[in-house]
Amino acid sequence: MTQQTSQPTSERTAHQAPALRTYYLIFLALMLLLALTVAVSFVDLGAFNELIALAIAAVKAVLVILFFMHVRYSSRLTWVFAAAGFVWLLIMVGWTFSDYLSRGWMR
Amino acid sequence: MTELHSTSVGPPVAHHFEDFEQEHEANMLGMWAFLATEVLFFGAVFVAFYIYRSAYADIFKEASRHLYMSIGAINTVVLLTSSLTVALAVHAGEHKARRLMVGLMVATLVLGLAFLGFKAFEYYLDYQEHLVPAFNFAWEGANPAQTQLFFVFYFIMTLVHALHMIIGISVLARMIWQARRGSYDQDSTAVELFGLYWHFVDIVWIFLFPTLYLLRQ
Repeated sequence: MTQQTSQPTSERTAHQAPALRTYYLIFLALMLLLALTVAVSFVDLGAFNELIALAIAAVKAVLVILFFMHVRYSSRLTWVFAAAGFVWLLIMVGWTFSDYLSRGWMR
Repeated sequence: MTELHSTSVGPPVAHHFEDFEQEHEANMLGMWAFLATEVLFFGAVFVAFYIYRSAYADIFKEASRHLYMSIGAINTVVLLTSSLTVALAVHAGEHKARRLMVGLMVATLVLGLAFLGFKAFEYYLDYQEHLVPAFNFAWEGANPAQTQLFFVFYFIMTLVHALHMIIGISVLARMIWQARRGSYDQDSTAVELFGLYWHFVDIVWIFLFPTLYLLRQ
């Protein structure tokens, strides 16, 4: 493969990364979500407590993965690698709980 | 060591790579492949926890109320902040700001140690309240066996997480020493790879905190 033009060395990293502002905004969002999840834990919402707590955790994790871990700015192949572990985890969770939660003695 | 060769753009790369960009991508994919195994490693423990939690919901909620939620929340703030500092360190590394990068790496190290300090203090309080399974566990209330199971999960999950923190801090300490000597001036990929690991350990805690501390209602 031939390089067409020689780029200035300061731009050696063609892979993209978010601007500093993005990091601060994501950090702020993570802190607000933390405050929210703690606040919700003091209110009795029945089964929704679990749902909301895990949903907020998932949103925080996705923010960290997409922005702090640069996946948002990475190649499709990186997306596949990043998603792989979670996809297999979802299979484990889905099939395990479709079994356990459908048994009469669990509830 | 593999032989390096120069390309028209960027620092020299190993001989089996076309250019820096390709080598960089291969490095990131390697770390993500490792993290996928970590997702399943921690994921299995979470699945086990939620199976028992669905079976003993009320008992696990009562046990959860005996954890120090405030310390858990403080530690979440500490870890999320350390994720920001490590992200900023990677950013500084890519912009060739060595001193700033080292400063942010030191900040990350200090925050990591602070997390472990708070966690150790919390373990000490748990110990004083006789909540450590197979060591000094004593439970006056109902269902001591199932309650002890909750604390078995609590200690195993947080200890394995803390072990990941200790490994991360050890690697980071060595990297700070290297960074001060300018080892990452040309190529800061190593700092970026460390960042991925550190963020992952943060994500594990993002799920551990609500799972153990917040599901009390």
